[in-house]
Amino acid sequence: MGIDTARGPNNAPEGHRLSRTEAPAGIAPGQEVSGAEALIWALVEEGVEVVFGYPGGAIMPVYDALYRIGRPRHVLVRHEQGAAHMAEGYARASGRVGVCMATSGPGATNLVTGLASAHMDSVPVLAITGQVATSAIGRDAFQEADVCGVTMPITKHNYSVRRACDIPSVVHEAIYIARTGRPGPVLIDLPKDVANERVRWMPYPPPLDLPGYRPTTAGHPRQIEAAARLVEESRRPLLYVGGGVVTAGAGELVVELAERAQIPVVMTLMGLGAVPGRHPLSLGMLGMHGAAWANYAVQHADLLIAVGARFDDRVTGDVTRFAPGARKIHIDVDPAEIGKNVAVDVPIVGDARRVLEELIPLVAPAGHDAWLEQIRTWQDEYPLLYERTPGVVAPQDVVVALDTLTAGEAVVVTDVGQHQMWVAQFYRFQAPRLQITSGGLGAMGFGLPAAIGARLAVPDRPVVAVVGDGGFLMTVQELAVAAQLQLPLPIVVINNGALGMVRQWQEIFYEGRYAESLLPPGPDLVAIARGFGVPGRRVDRPEEMTAALAEALAAPGPYVLDVVVDPSALVLPMVPPGRAIDEMTGVKGRVE
Amino acid sequence: MRRVLAVLVRNQPGVMTRVSALFSRRGFNIQSVAVGATDDPALARMTLVLDEDEPGVEQVTKQLHKLVDVIKVSDITDDEPIERELVLVRLAADASRRLEAAQMAQLVGARLVDVGEESVTVELTGPTADVEAALRILRAFGFKELVRSGTVAMARPGRVARTAGPAGGVPPSKLASEGVRVI
Ligand SMILES: Cc1ncc(C[n+]2csc(CCOP(=O)(O)OP(=O)(O)O)c2C)c(N)n1
Repeated sequence: MGIDTARGPNNAPEGHRLSRTEAPAGIAPGQEVSGAEALIWALVEEGVEVVFGYPGGAIMPVYDALYRIGRPRHVLVRHEQGAAHMAEGYARASGRVGVCMATSGPGATNLVTGLASAHMDSVPVLAITGQVATSAIGRDAFQEADVCGVTMPITKHNYSVRRACDIPSVVHEAIYIARTGRPGPVLIDLPKDVANERVRWMPYPPPLDLPGYRPTTAGHPRQIEAAARLVEESRRPLLYVGGGVVTAGAGELVVELAERAQIPVVMTLMGLGAVPGRHPLSLGMLGMHGAAWANYAVQHADLLIAVGARFDDRVTGDVTRFAPGARKIHIDVDPAEIGKNVAVDVPIVGDARRVLEELIPLVAPAGHDAWLEQIRTWQDEYPLLYERTPGVVAPQDVVVALDTLTAGEAVVVTDVGQHQMWVAQFYRFQAPRLQITSGGLGAMGFGLPAAIGARLAVPDRPVVAVVGDGGFLMTVQELAVAAQLQLPLPIVVINNGALGMVRQWQEIFYEGRYAESLLPPGPDLVAIARGFGVPGRRVDRPEEMTAALAEALAAPGPYVLDVVVDPSALVLPMVPPGRAIDEMTGVKGRVE
Repeated sequence: MRRVLAVLVRNQPGVMTRVSALFSRRGFNIQSVAVGATDDPALARMTLVLDEDEPGVEQVTKQLHKLVDVIKVSDITDDEPIERELVLVRLAADASRRLEAAQMAQLVGARLVDVGEESVTVELTGPTADVEAALRILRAFGFKELVRSGTVAMARPGRVARTAGPAGGVPPSKLASEGVRVI
């Protein structure tokens, strides 16, 4: 299976338009159109192929225009949260901008969780919301909500359109802002009367008018030289790689740098796959649920090269004791990330790809045998282990089986909870854009819709959803979409009869007081799936698990595999909050 | 530490909200914000006075820069900026004390704006510290109402202008010793 690690066509740092995959738009300058039609034509011009949405009163002119123009393709979700998550899944799997659409008021507010998730994870998403007519704005009209106000803190930018003639340039700018610099969600709020207003179509694309928006993509040459010197001076260097590397399409360059100077690599949850999980220099994930050896490597490194990572608290633990002996280089496209949580020695603002391209030739080939040997010793002494109870499926085994069956080359979309961490620990993602999860916001309900979005984005690659029995029910209605479109999509439910991650914290930090975290038996997930027209199966015997998983992976359409797992399994090791990341509990082979 | 930022923004609805939302969301300490249009109607300029230590100021600046409507952010604190604040204060003064209030106001450099039955309203303009010094004196009359504009500030273009230009005509050290000045 070929995996395209290069950036998508519309993710190039330069150039304003997405590549057009269809014939010319079919509209000529001078033609009279409604605002809604202008919106749809602009989306077509931008190369948008699919829109996830849900109609309603205020956005009906847009749906009418969509109907008459016949493109882009529209996927009818069953809840607007699903639309936002699908757009995010689509964007993350493809590197293109994901588009979602909702009506005013309740439709728009239902998008909020998905937009917040995309914002925290820097995912390019365009949201279009209907709005009550301009004359009614501010009067508490039916289905009115101040959507720009509500989404201001969770979008990169938003627009309230007041004139139909502005629509093409707003769409053009919005998509440009969403996908450039540090990507993020952008929202366009379109009042109904503006959607109905008649305007003349002008040549496309309109010029960008963004005097306050100039992302820095080229790193400062002197800083890059300084970084190269630090790399040369170091004996125990470590690459600390985040989602920014995936976004920038810089995974191969990280591998090149790592190989050239023999630098081991730790990855954040969002960075998994940036360096192939089976690569000898890959140390897997660091942080709260990182492997012990990865966290020890951080704490013993004398140089930390952070690329597209933001020193999140789940990564650093007690930030004052994070990588105490290391000098720090920080490469990030967002200047505000540099020095935000941790003081750095060499800050480099720029696109990870461009900076690494310039850094690599300045770094002399080197070996760090003693350092790599030390890490190998930690790997032998403190491996990532888990316990098996006879007759019960260990949840980690499900992930290991999935990794084996797909050779680490499937797109694995997870929900939030223990299963998410087990996937991060045991699925060795072989390429960027294979791992899709709500990392920053941690929104339960993300998994199924995001997997549907990913499924539509990369039709030639296996896509698997791994969800918990809690989170699955939060957006289970999107099964209807998977069924309607007959998407080949195995959905693996890691069913531990609990809100597992909550229960884990209660067990460790609340003396086992399981307040509202143990789910009552049921519901019958296979029956629910059947209700949606989706086949499924429940499996609870270890000896059947792998075969059942293989069957789910081979299914021609959506398939729900409900795997009943050991309810007592914990995600270990774990860095308790407030501790340094080498103060883990649950490290096997270590006396605590 | 007190820092003064000059922020050039697009003069559009919602920009103020974006900026103030950013402060509250990120927990920055803002002492004052003053906004007004510039001679270019498409642009507005804000003066922000912050009470933040070094890393905080840097974060404010960077986060402001991330807003699409923000065109330029300059920390002008070290440029000995020309600062002014406008205060309107209504002093409690009935007929028996009216004259005294007006005289005192004049002594501290305030300008009489309005005289009522029970009050005298005066206007003070100057660097914030000077305005405050004057207010301390006027407080003896009792304040019925007080409104402050927040600080507006401008960097000094250079040494020559700093001593010669009309706005910067008086060196800062002298200004302070002279107390409140009226523009
Ligand atoms: C929308 C939302 N609500 C609550 C939480 C808090 N939370 C984090 S993990 C978790 C438990 C998830 O349980 P489940 O989906 O069964 O997955 P498991 O941890 O068992 O794998 C909860 C409630 C959240 N992350 N998102």
